[in-house]
Amino acid sequence: MNMLSPGRKITSLVCLIAGAVSMVAALVMDFSNSENAARGPLLIIGALLIIAGLYFFPTLKHHRTIINVLFLFPLLFTFAVTVIIPLFLGLFYSFTDWNGIQMTKFVGFENYIKMFKQPSFIWSILITALFVIFNMILVNLVGFLLALLCTSKIKGVAFFRASYFLPNLIGGIVLGYIWQFIFANVLTKLLNQQYSWLAETGTAFLAIIIVYVWQYAGYIMLIYITGLTQVPGDVIEAASIDGANGSQMLFLIKIPMIASTFTICTFLTLTSAFKQFDVNLALTKGKGSLDFMDTYLSNGTEMLALNIYQTATKQDNYSLGQAKAVLFFIILASVSILQVRISNKKEVEM
Amino acid sequence: MNRKPKFSTFLIEMIIAIVVALYVLYPFFIVVLSAFKNSTSITEDPIGFKNAGFSTFVKNLNDVVNNTHFKFWSAFGTSAVITVISLFLLALFGAMAAWVICRNHTAWSKGIYYIFIASMIIPFQVVMLPLVSTFRDTGKFIGISMLQSVPGIIFAYCGFGGAMTVFILNGFIKGIPFTLEEAAYIDGCTPEQTFFKIVFPMLKPVIMTVTILNGMWIWNDFLLPSMMLGLSGKVKTLPVAVQAFVGSYVKEWNMILTAAFLAVIPMVIIFLIGQKQIVQGMVDGAVKG
Repeated sequence: MNMLSPGRKITSLVCLIAGAVSMVAALVMDFSNSENAARGPLLIIGALLIIAGLYFFPTLKHHRTIINVLFLFPLLFTFAVTVIIPLFLGLFYSFTDWNGIQMTKFVGFENYIKMFKQPSFIWSILITALFVIFNMILVNLVGFLLALLCTSKIKGVAFFRASYFLPNLIGGIVLGYIWQFIFANVLTKLLNQQYSWLAETGTAFLAIIIVYVWQYAGYIMLIYITGLTQVPGDVIEAASIDGANGSQMLFLIKIPMIASTFTICTFLTLTSAFKQFDVNLALTKGKGSLDFMDTYLSNGTEMLALNIYQTATKQDNYSLGQAKAVLFFIILASVSILQVRISNKKEVEM
Repeated sequence: MNRKPKFSTFLIEMIIAIVVALYVLYPFFIVVLSAFKNSTSITEDPIGFKNAGFSTFVKNLNDVVNNTHFKFWSAFGTSAVITVISLFLLALFGAMAAWVICRNHTAWSKGIYYIFIASMIIPFQVVMLPLVSTFRDTGKFIGISMLQSVPGIIFAYCGFGGAMTVFILNGFIKGIPFTLEEAAYIDGCTPEQTFFKIVFPMLKPVIMTVTILNGMWIWNDFLLPSMMLGLSGKVKTLPVAVQAFVGSYVKEWNMILTAAFLAVIPMVIIFLIGQKQIVQGMVDGAVKG
């Protein structure tokens, strides 16, 4: 294909000019508040024409650069519009009286001060921390034990592994409702109870943990299985020749050998438990009454992610919700940075 | 010192494995069982088989599928379209971007790569509120609806899924010997031909991995579509439709669980078909992410 053929030159020129004209026309309509329905498609067609024009641009020297830019553009553009711009807007809005549509003035740290004066929010932070700790321990423990089970000499490993993983395939909303039925109807029948676990704050919190471990342990198990099968066979063999028994093999050989897997799984469970939203919403909707800091609260099982969501959508307080989200982000970012540092340190040691 | 596993150990392990499997699978069993019951028998006797009947199952299915609040097929179709197109675009655009980032050793490409990596720690909660307002305002301004529209959601998924996709693909492309591409250039290939004819076909296994990871996330995602589409909007994905449906039928458990049954079935079928790839993909994604 000749890069400098006259046909290519003309195609490029026509595309670029037509693209520029239609984009400018669409933008003029946008800025003059026109309601013409054609302005949207016109803008997109214009942009596509300019991309085509650039692609056909008759140059040998810069063709590679043009391709680089065109290849990066789709992902960078969507990424900038959906992540980067809202992130900075969000940081900005958290210092204003933004109501989801517009803002009138700066309020400084008022939102941040206000949220720490809400007992319901403090409670959310506390139970989220509690939830994260419980899950980190339980999911890893259960996941690791299941991995040991699935790498032992039992029959039908493939079936058990697949069944343990199955809950992970289903979305949290659907899972939450399935378990709501189990706690409210099935379990009350089986245990002959008068009230469901979900009716009381403490047991409802326990219920969320049970569902979460049920859903997540199978996934963590898979990662541990991968780690365990990567322990070199000759090391195991050498240890057994030296007379290591089962528990020595486990604690002195296998666990130290898969230390990096433990780091991965610990942080994976930590961040995902921290971000837990779907099951929380579907199972209890955050309900649960209690007295805390001399206040009556009705959000006994409402974790941070749900609290942010409810603050913005239910209480219609967008700037406060956004400030809470920024705090949420800061906590998560600190944890992630900690993880990177720990993993890097481990790599140096090895 | 040849340690043969004792039979008693084997037996105990088997029993534990079976008990755990029964516990894990029981909720699925309850869902299927409940889909065969009517609204009174389900609350009176949620565990027994007595009142379960096939005709009730057919009636439940009919009621749910034809329910004007749920609109199962419409929600299912919306979810399918969003997931398939997003996965296709993420694989294509992700591979294109990852290849450019990987094969250019400039400050620019490194900078873009690190921004992508760093962005993976950004939780959706911190961007969701401004995202909705940005999409609303931009949509109004340029005259293309970005909220309550399928293209808008696909656009958002490309933005959110991009970082992880590029990260995993980048790791794979690094391992492809550059000499292959060099040979293509010497034979007179342009960069885009080299990418689409040489590099892209070689990415098949890793594209499988990112497609599984992104697919599980997009198909099951609730928060993003619920923020962008709203619970009472015209367009709904399956999780949003389930949430909206439960809201309108507080205690009609036979309907809710039949809806859950319908929502669970596609994932289980896909899992049974592609079990090996899904398991591999999930592990790869976690270890690399």
